[in-house]
Amino acid sequence: MSTTLPDSIRSLFRSMAPAVDFCSLRLVEETSEQLAVRQDVLQPLSTGIDRGAMVTVIQGGGCGYAATSDMSASGLANALARARRWAEASAGRSIVDYSRIPLPRPEGRYATPASPASLPPRKELIDLLMRESTTCRVDPRVVDWQASLWSVSTSQLYLTTDGADVEQHFRYLVPNLAVTASDGSDTQTRSLGGQYNGYCRQGGFEILEQAGFHGAGRRVAEQALELLAAPNCPSGVMDLLLMPEQMMLQIHESIGHPLELDRILGDERNFAGTSFVTLDMFGNYRYGSELLNVTYDPERPEQYASYGWDDEGSKAERAWLIRDGILERPLGGTVSQARSGLQGVANARACNWNRPPIDRMANLNIEAGDSTLDAMVASVERGVLMDTNLSWSIDDSRNKFQFGCEYGRLIEDGELKGIVKNPNYRGISATFWRSLKAVGDRSTFSVMGTPFCGKGEPSQVIRVGHASPACLFGNVDVFGGA
Amino acid sequence: MRQYFLDLAARLDARMRDGEDYQCWLEAESSDFVRFNRSAIRQPGHVRQIYLTLTLFDGLRHAVMTMALGGSIDADRFVLDRMVATLRSQIQDLPEDPHLLRATEVHSTEHIVPSRLPETAVIVDAVLEAARGHDLVGILAAGPVYRGYANSFGQRNWHETASFNLDWSLYHQRDKAVKASYAGFEWNSAAFETKFRDAVGQMALLQREPVSIPPGAYRAYLTPAALNEILGMLNWGGVSEKSLRTRQSPLCRMRDESMQLNAAVTLSEHTAGGLAPAFQGDGFIKPGRVVLFDEGRLAGSLVSPRTAKEYGIATNGADANEGMSSLELAAGTLPLQRALAELDTGVFISNLWYLNYSDRMNGRLTGMTRFATFWVEGGEIKAPLNVMRFDDSLFRLLGDKLLGLTREREMLIDTDTYGSRSTGSALLPGALVKDFTFVL
Repeated sequence: MSTTLPDSIRSLFRSMAPAVDFCSLRLVEETSEQLAVRQDVLQPLSTGIDRGAMVTVIQGGGCGYAATSDMSASGLANALARARRWAEASAGRSIVDYSRIPLPRPEGRYATPASPASLPPRKELIDLLMRESTTCRVDPRVVDWQASLWSVSTSQLYLTTDGADVEQHFRYLVPNLAVTASDGSDTQTRSLGGQYNGYCRQGGFEILEQAGFHGAGRRVAEQALELLAAPNCPSGVMDLLLMPEQMMLQIHESIGHPLELDRILGDERNFAGTSFVTLDMFGNYRYGSELLNVTYDPERPEQYASYGWDDEGSKAERAWLIRDGILERPLGGTVSQARSGLQGVANARACNWNRPPIDRMANLNIEAGDSTLDAMVASVERGVLMDTNLSWSIDDSRNKFQFGCEYGRLIEDGELKGIVKNPNYRGISATFWRSLKAVGDRSTFSVMGTPFCGKGEPSQVIRVGHASPACLFGNVDVFGGA
Repeated sequence: MRQYFLDLAARLDARMRDGEDYQCWLEAESSDFVRFNRSAIRQPGHVRQIYLTLTLFDGLRHAVMTMALGGSIDADRFVLDRMVATLRSQIQDLPEDPHLLRATEVHSTEHIVPSRLPETAVIVDAVLEAARGHDLVGILAAGPVYRGYANSFGQRNWHETASFNLDWSLYHQRDKAVKASYAGFEWNSAAFETKFRDAVGQMALLQREPVSIPPGAYRAYLTPAALNEILGMLNWGGVSEKSLRTRQSPLCRMRDESMQLNAAVTLSEHTAGGLAPAFQGDGFIKPGRVVLFDEGRLAGSLVSPRTAKEYGIATNGADANEGMSSLELAAGTLPLQRALAELDTGVFISNLWYLNYSDRMNGRLTGMTRFATFWVEGGEIKAPLNVMRFDDSLFRLLGDKLLGLTREREMLIDTDTYGSRSTGSALLPGALVKDFTFVL
């Protein structure tokens, strides 16, 4: 992967761009490699090289885009012509007069910080995965297992005809390991950070250490067997202690999506849904208890969705969204801010060169509090600790939710007790966060994320990051399996 | 595009060394996407993309690479050469693959539906004209979609269609809306206007004061779209042979314990009746029909070539993910016009949303009602229903709780556009069930 992008595209774009109100080009180059060992067999090695560009034209109040993998002069000329046609065709019939929205003109460069440990050669990585795989089958009841490593390098160039020029380079690494144990009609799967790649970060080989990947095979397999032998999670209204591997999902679904400004403005109503949050709530609505503090934080370098500028060219800077439980600011980029009149953040992002930017949550974190894990457990008379998301479902206004986890432990009279399987809970976003009783300190804090946040028409799967401490909630409707 | 693909394959044929061979899969489209909100244009644009996935084989060693291509053979032949060189160097690090199964018999096919689409702007004009005075939100996707397969043995498969898919909602207020779609290969203004009028007609019902019901068990009618959401969960490792073998399918109990669904349930992967290509990424040809549930019994599964080799069984041309792409559920005997009367008192569910397993091995599902869902009394729609969460058993909803399937079926064309436009479809009836369990 190149660490600089070719100057030829700069000169080509500037020589060909039409004389219109606004014109930009966003070039994306991405290389990826997926290594996986399943049941001690290397799965087909899969690599990818993606390269393409999207041009955007604003003219007469209309806005159009065209994306192409044809990076020749004629390919770019065709794209510019198509984008212009769509801009002109939508002029006067668009949801907003795009020509009246001042767009930034950034210049600069951002890169994932240099890693203290670069990735070893492929053969060594395969050996590493194979070693973990061979430690998984600790019992005949272990019926399936897989260890994997997904590495991605992405470079982006953003240019506008009025002088914007931003280069960004990212390196992502996603280790994962999952073990399935089965006995009779029951099957339990335990994973490292979730079956949907919760340990995804920017950086290098050090991420495996941070994720606890080395030696995970046996540990995760033993936990899968423990789950198989465990009773079902009890049912009832009780305290719920959520660990970061589940908190990331709780934040994502019931804070992140409801605060996305394009949802509030109605863009997503046909697909991803609307929001129970309305424009008039910002600045006064009590989203959660006074212990709830939520930030948009693109500046944590190791987190999955850190960046210097969003895909509309806005500078990415940390901002408070919820402070002391009060809703302050939505997740909305420049265009959404202009449409709503609200101050947002730099989160207009596209998943690739072939999709236009929309409001995405990027890094959305809960700030650490001052409770130790022991203190939170000690405060619980009857409850359940849940860890690692397994199941997620929420209504289209992001209110009524039901989530399930891989792993649970009973808490009784202030002490952690036995493991329980199939732990689930349900609630309503608008009231759930107000039942936040304690927020864990830095010792309980973990940086997680997911590569698979889906949204948009046409649809986009994008990277997001969620860092959180463990959090304790009161009076939650908890239940187990059938 | 077809000739370009054949030229790519010819180039690859020429680059192979002794002992090497290849297969390649092309996925391309030239799509207009026009997004609407509040009966205005939100984001209009065009995406032209060509991805080639090339697998190089050296005996039982192989490696796969996917690249974006420009679309000109003069330029892309050098890209192909680099792909081959890269894969050649990668293979040296790799062990032999014991689960590799190759399609060695040559089955070349061609399916081309020439474009009969108007300029996309014509459709946009019609949508905006119809939407005037309403609150319309949605997406129009239109243009050609291409899939191709080639290998060293001379097999060539080509699938090319040009279609449109207009997927929209008409909103009354907040989350109360009517969902509708119109898809096909030829735009018909009269057909669109009829569909739009039908949606507007349903809007009148949404203007009544919405009601809420307490959690509990209710009779319910699920439209084909709602039932499709439930059956779609079988693509989460349900009908996958690999998931069955590794004890992760929710249908394990049907195989182990001969548990049966209602005898009215006959479910197939019906490639011959769908819109997806009849070939898959490893060059295997899909049979016209694979029966998965036969009168309530688990009768089959989807077996990819890799799973077939691993477990020593035959493949049935399934994609690597072993999911349905041309789902078909057999019709029942309930006349659609009797659906409300047979429901009597209960919930009419137009759409379900955001399903997931709450206890996978026991087939327990949860999800939400969405869009036009109504409370019905005495066979008459009384009021829109505020959204409700259900949590129920797949085995029971398609088993003893299933009261009937409609005689009429609806063809649903997948609107999925993640990465590329889907070629999936589903043909299925509506379902009348009892004791549908709402929990929140």
